[in-house]
Amino acid sequence: MKLKQISVFLENRKGRLQKALNIISNAKINIRALSIADTSEFGILRMIVPEPDKAQKILEENDFVVKVNDVIAVGVPDKPGGLDGILEVLNKADVNVEYLYAFVEKKCENAIVVIRTEDIDTGIKVLKDGGVAMLSPEEVYTL
Amino acid sequence: MIWNSEAECMSAEDTRELQLKRLQEVVKRAYENVPYYQKRFSDVNVYPEDIETLDDIEKLPFTTKTDLRDAYPFGMFAVSQDEIVEVHTTSGTTGKPTVSGYTRKDLDIWGEVMARALTMTGVKKSDRVQNSYGYGLFTGGMGAHYGGQKIGATVIPISAGNTRRQLEIMQDFETTVLTCTPSYALYLAEVAENEGIDTEKLKLKAGCFGAEMWTEEMRKEIEKRLHIRAQNVYGLTEIMGPGVAMECEVQEGLHIFEDHFYPEVMDPDTLKPVPDGEKGELVLTTLTREGMPVIRFRTRDITALRRGKCACGRSQVKMDRITGRSDDMLKVRGVIVFPYQIEKALLKIDGLEPHYQIIVTRPEQLDELEVQVEASPALFSDEVKHIEEVKRNIENIVHSEIGLRVTVNLVEPRTLPRSEGKAVRVIDKRKF
Ligand SMILES: [Zn+2]
Repeated sequence: MKLKQISVFLENRKGRLQKALNIISNAKINIRALSIADTSEFGILRMIVPEPDKAQKILEENDFVVKVNDVIAVGVPDKPGGLDGILEVLNKADVNVEYLYAFVEKKCENAIVVIRTEDIDTGIKVLKDGGVAMLSPEEVYTL
Repeated sequence: MIWNSEAECMSAEDTRELQLKRLQEVVKRAYENVPYYQKRFSDVNVYPEDIETLDDIEKLPFTTKTDLRDAYPFGMFAVSQDEIVEVHTTSGTTGKPTVSGYTRKDLDIWGEVMARALTMTGVKKSDRVQNSYGYGLFTGGMGAHYGGQKIGATVIPISAGNTRRQLEIMQDFETTVLTCTPSYALYLAEVAENEGIDTEKLKLKAGCFGAEMWTEEMRKEIEKRLHIRAQNVYGLTEIMGPGVAMECEVQEGLHIFEDHFYPEVMDPDTLKPVPDGEKGELVLTTLTREGMPVIRFRTRDITALRRGKCACGRSQVKMDRITGRSDDMLKVRGVIVFPYQIEKALLKIDGLEPHYQIIVTRPEQLDELEVQVEASPALFSDEVKHIEEVKRNIENIVHSEIGLRVTVNLVEPRTLPRSEGKAVRVIDKRKF
């Protein structure tokens, strides 16, 4: 149920985000989901792509600092309160969420939420026990 | 042992008297024979007769490396080409080299000061001096050579390099004193150890090391591994070569041969003299040179002067080991900071790339110091708070090293400028 996410360190400098995305697009890698965390000094670009290893390699070849991490993808009913229920499951089990981001997939009725918990394995277990449907990497890549 | 006790143990009063007489002569010689000095002195309206006391030296303009470079090759010579019997140059790694010309008398004086220096290392007639300074345009080789010969020791002019042969000669000739750069001394020790040579069995007893900045830790390392006493020699091509100053056996500073070289220590920002014992930039004037008198040369080397009779018996003023260069010295909120201090702090952090840049700004009244460090996979995390922790950790380490708060910013790899020679580490954006 773990999904690979690649993160890219971005200096807060004009054109850096575009440069990173340009490298990904030139390699014909389709970005499934994306989020940017930024501070006044730097940003972190997080992406879900079908070929994380390849993306990492070409970004590194272009002098970007890249990290590949495991995250969890959850399908959330696209209606009010959908995400709330999932967070409650994690909260009750005392699992800390480091960050999350969501995207809506047109082909299905669900919103997809990418979650990074402090401890991924515990996060997966708690969600499973709470009856939350998680998506496999294949499901996310082929959406 | 003291080579020239008359000069080296002269009273402060006699020294000043001799220095004044020689300063007056050299200023006159420079003014009359070197168009560069004639112009520079006239520009500030100072003439040889204005030098009535030693303090009057402050009226004279400084000579910089750029001035010497602009005079390339022979523009600073004060005698006709006929009288120049030898020339040397600096390496020229940071631009055109500067040329140093010597008359026969200049070479005698060079031999004299290097004889004093080697005597401080313990060299006597009976010694065998392996001179592993490079011979050639570099001043190290010839300087040590002349000094050794003046003493009457046996000089082995092996020059630098060819380390196995160095060790073979050292064993076969039973070398007693080694002269070279401190880093080469350490390298020799390392190769000796690899070759299975027991350095304790060598006849080496002392070394006269210089031509680069080195630390007390490095001295201890050389002394331990080569089983010798290691002493620090100081000099620079622009002034003479090695032999401007030499550390005595007390190993607490280097005696400047002040009957030939007049030292001043200035605040590099204000160019005003600092009191004895305080750090500043060393400025040197040659008092006796014929071929190429140099007046108030800004060495850029940071040191402090200490006066008073030394435990070794000598009275000539001492300078501290060189701890930095004024051209990369920073004064931030009144605190002196050298880039190497920041580098030292950064090297303590695992996974940090050794590429960094220091940016000084003064947004309001206060100076701000920013250190840009290239991010590496080891420092990077996909979480903002982890990266901020890394930043804070680096900031704290730099703070404890230099005593100033800095802002550390991670930048992308390979974004800081690289250079072939000396990297540009400091960008000072303050307006003074
Ligand atoms: Zn002494």
